[in-house]
Amino acid sequence: MFDLTGKTALVTGASGGIGGAIAKALHAAGATVGLSGTRVEPLEALAAELGERAHVLPCNLSDGEAVDALPKQAIAAMGSVDILVNNAGITRDQLFMRMSDDEWQSVIDVNLTSAMRLCRGVMRPMMKARWGRIINVSSIVGATGNPGQVNYAASKAGLVGMTKSIAYEVASRGITANAVAPGFIATAMTDKLNDDQKTTINKQIPAARMGSSDEIAAAVLYLASPEAGYVTGSTLHVNGGMAML
Amino acid sequence: MSDVADRVKKIVVEHLGVEEDKVVEAASFIDDLGADSLDTVELVMAFEEEFGIEIPDDAAETIQTFGDAVKFISEAS
Repeated sequence: MFDLTGKTALVTGASGGIGGAIAKALHAAGATVGLSGTRVEPLEALAAELGERAHVLPCNLSDGEAVDALPKQAIAAMGSVDILVNNAGITRDQLFMRMSDDEWQSVIDVNLTSAMRLCRGVMRPMMKARWGRIINVSSIVGATGNPGQVNYAASKAGLVGMTKSIAYEVASRGITANAVAPGFIATAMTDKLNDDQKTTINKQIPAARMGSSDEIAAAVLYLASPEAGYVTGSTLHVNGGMAML
Repeated sequence: MSDVADRVKKIVVEHLGVEEDKVVEAASFIDDLGADSLDTVELVMAFEEEFGIEIPDDAAETIQTFGDAVKFISEAS
């Protein structure tokens, strides 16, 4: 099951914990992967670890022209983009009353607009191929909201609406579009929390622990697989029961 | 019938699965040949590939009938 041999996947934010895990999971299932991100060093380290079938495709997602060029670069490197995973995201947390236009716009640009541009860039070849998988990494806060994250939550909720609308338009062409919404995931960032802080967080989670990057990657792998061909427009919540949606 | 018209007709017949004699000059892709809006986008993509031309979005919107397509492509290629 979940064999991606011969498929090609472009993953943004592959220099981060979750993106790296996604790239590894797709690669392990046989896919050729295009690793995108802003920081070249971790991308090259990941490509070296994966060995064959891995391409480094650096891109600054706040630069619209660079984003538009990325699908073409990915196709030049891999021959196609069968699977697009929009995983990259940034936060610029701020109390809403103090939120500047720049804090709002920069998060919307990277998290939502770049994902839209990449979806648009891969749509034509996917339509021709009559096969495609789009997986947008949203967040639990896109559904529940979160204080201090008006911009981030709006971008993540926006991804869900965008994903559903794309799913409608192209379902008849063998292309699916879905979202994965992680809850609290243990990353380098959460490792810095002290034990008290971790206990407080875990109390809100029925599973009583944070999730792992690999658990997000497994959800993405499923949605990317041929077996998930009848699943489209959905949001797969991976949050230990923190919000049962 | 011109070579362009033959090639355009072949694409339309294959893509929309319609009878060849239905593809007449005034036939509207959407109203007469059963295309949906996504089909029209795909037809334009197929024309671009077949004839090696670029059809910008605003021009694509003016291509409503088989005759429109033949005329546009004849002028562009």
